[in-house]
Amino acid sequence: MSRKHTAALVGNPNSGKSALFNALTGARQKIANYAGVTVERKAGRLTLPSGEPVELLDLPGAYSFDAASPDEAVTRDVVKGTFEGEAVPDVLVLVLDAANLEQHLVFAQEVLELGRPTVVALNMVDLAERDGLTLDPEALSEALGVPVIPTVAVRRRGITELAAAVAEAETHADEEAHKRWHLTLPERRLSAKHMARAAILSKSTRHTIENGVDRILLNPWIGPVILFGLLFVIFQAVFAWATPFADALEGGVGILSAGVTDTMASGIFRDFLTEGVLAGVGSVVVFLPQIIILFAFILVMEASGYMARAAFLMDRLMAGVGLSGKSFIPLLSSFACAIPGIMATRSIADPKDRLTTILIAPLMTCSARLPVYAVIISAVIPDTSVGAGVGLQGLVLFALYVAGIIGAMVVALVLRRTVTKGAASGFIMELPRYQLPRVKDLAIGLWQRAWVFLRRAGTIIFVATIALWVLLSFPKAGEGESQLDASYAGVVADAIHPVLEPVGFNREMSLALVPAIAAREVAVSALATTYAINAEDEDLAAQGVTERIAALWTLPMALAFLAWFVFAPQCLSTIAVARRETNGWKWPIVMVVYLFALAWIAAGATYWIAVSLGL
Amino acid sequence: MTLDGFDSGRTARITSVDWAILAEDEGKRLQALGVDEGAEVAIVHRGVFGTRDPIALRIGNMTIAIRRAHAAAIEVEGA
Repeated sequence: MSRKHTAALVGNPNSGKSALFNALTGARQKIANYAGVTVERKAGRLTLPSGEPVELLDLPGAYSFDAASPDEAVTRDVVKGTFEGEAVPDVLVLVLDAANLEQHLVFAQEVLELGRPTVVALNMVDLAERDGLTLDPEALSEALGVPVIPTVAVRRRGITELAAAVAEAETHADEEAHKRWHLTLPERRLSAKHMARAAILSKSTRHTIENGVDRILLNPWIGPVILFGLLFVIFQAVFAWATPFADALEGGVGILSAGVTDTMASGIFRDFLTEGVLAGVGSVVVFLPQIIILFAFILVMEASGYMARAAFLMDRLMAGVGLSGKSFIPLLSSFACAIPGIMATRSIADPKDRLTTILIAPLMTCSARLPVYAVIISAVIPDTSVGAGVGLQGLVLFALYVAGIIGAMVVALVLRRTVTKGAASGFIMELPRYQLPRVKDLAIGLWQRAWVFLRRAGTIIFVATIALWVLLSFPKAGEGESQLDASYAGVVADAIHPVLEPVGFNREMSLALVPAIAAREVAVSALATTYAINAEDEDLAAQGVTERIAALWTLPMALAFLAWFVFAPQCLSTIAVARRETNGWKWPIVMVVYLFALAWIAAGATYWIAVSLGL
Repeated sequence: MTLDGFDSGRTARITSVDWAILAEDEGKRLQALGVDEGAEVAIVHRGVFGTRDPIALRIGNMTIAIRRAHAAAIEVEGA
């Protein structure tokens, strides 16, 4: 047969499906979206014992076909063969958590009713044994009428047997489906109970570790302290550990750029490569270390089962502004970069919750703001101590983070009462069992996130940088005229300057905002270029941007500039991702307008207050 | 009595659920998780701050988090 065969993993959330998928397919996975919906489509290649390759799909976890979320709807439609553009899978691999049989058998029966060739993976049998359960796979196989293979995905136990069973089931792929009798939910629940009982040989009343661990981690007093301690460590790590790698990457881009400059004849094309492509793409790549470190923590929190506990602890706080604990995970990601943060909102079932979270994600202080903050703070804030070993510069940086968080909470509150008004969202979430994450699964997850980030942000930044380079480089300046003044960007800066003048911005600051539309950190290099070009003599040109700012900006001006960057949506990639995730331009436009309005008000308020205080 | 007022740690049997006061999606989600008439549940943890929201519920071998507002729609008796 020449037709390409397909199989799909189906099962409840937290059945260990993804670990099983990794064990069956290895690291070569293709991640895309299902047509028309923002649900991630994960596919890989499973090699059968005969050597025949089969495309294996990892379908989103579902509790039932009566879909409550877009993810579940995709699973239902693909399995039933009603999803346009997706072939109905030849074989279904039904993944059950061995320790949670009674619950997972409810959905299992719904899948088996379809009568498709199916193999059951009785997964995580080791965890069931840890809980004191001894299971009889054969009894279960008899009750379900399909092969049941015990597996431990994380230890590759049962993987070859499962592949063999898929191969066997595949021989029946072209037969007519033997639809089974349709049961109602209570009937399915009852028979799940009977089947689970029959399959459990012995059950010792050993206490599960969850209760003991949760007693500490979910303790109303100790739990939040542990969570905030952990968050503190994560932020330390993201900013301290990433620096050497980011510096190395920056150095690498610099060497590459110097190499191009040395080897190529000067001209427009060389400028395009060094000032456009390398500078632009390089400005994104330097954030990769921070993103990888933050995601390493997030993946460990997810794989271990702690993330659901963090959501549990944060739920009350989020409920205060009309959101739920589920928004915590995307917002945490947004501290590295709003792009993966906005993509992570897919796990939020409630559409209004999800939209609100997307709209406030850019207010979390992402790593692209750090270069701007660092340069301005070191230029205008004295490096003194405010006591107890706390430096004034660090305090200002901390205040900027807090301003973003408070801003986000206030905006969420307002949005939930206006544009995303609706019934208060609920919070229903399974708290999975604790598990030791496996290094290989983490590595695969990290690689996928890093690649998605580089590809998406890289392509958008790439295009934007070319456009901006053109705006900055043309038309060419005449004799004695600065390139920035003469360029189209300079014209744009002149046009927006009257709007920004009242909030304390000088012309250089307004100009810096134009290229920084692509990415915030570009503001720093734009200021550097402006001051270098406009320097009256060599000595001034040799000064760094920090010294020039210290000399030319007043404190209120600098503070206004910082306040602007807490809110301004100066990131084309974020806007593009928001458009994709909300399927239209309406919400990205709302986001951009409200964020610019807030930025202007915040900068203005900061400037006017600072001036009136005589700073 | 309703589940939100039930003692922590004690097993409760669900006698009825007022689906009408729950959002449709949330009702479906609860049902899919097994929260339905006849099920036996126990509150194992209560959340932070004054309102003690959300709550963690043990159902079978699974722990799920729900809000007190959901628990208030669930009528229970001691099991």
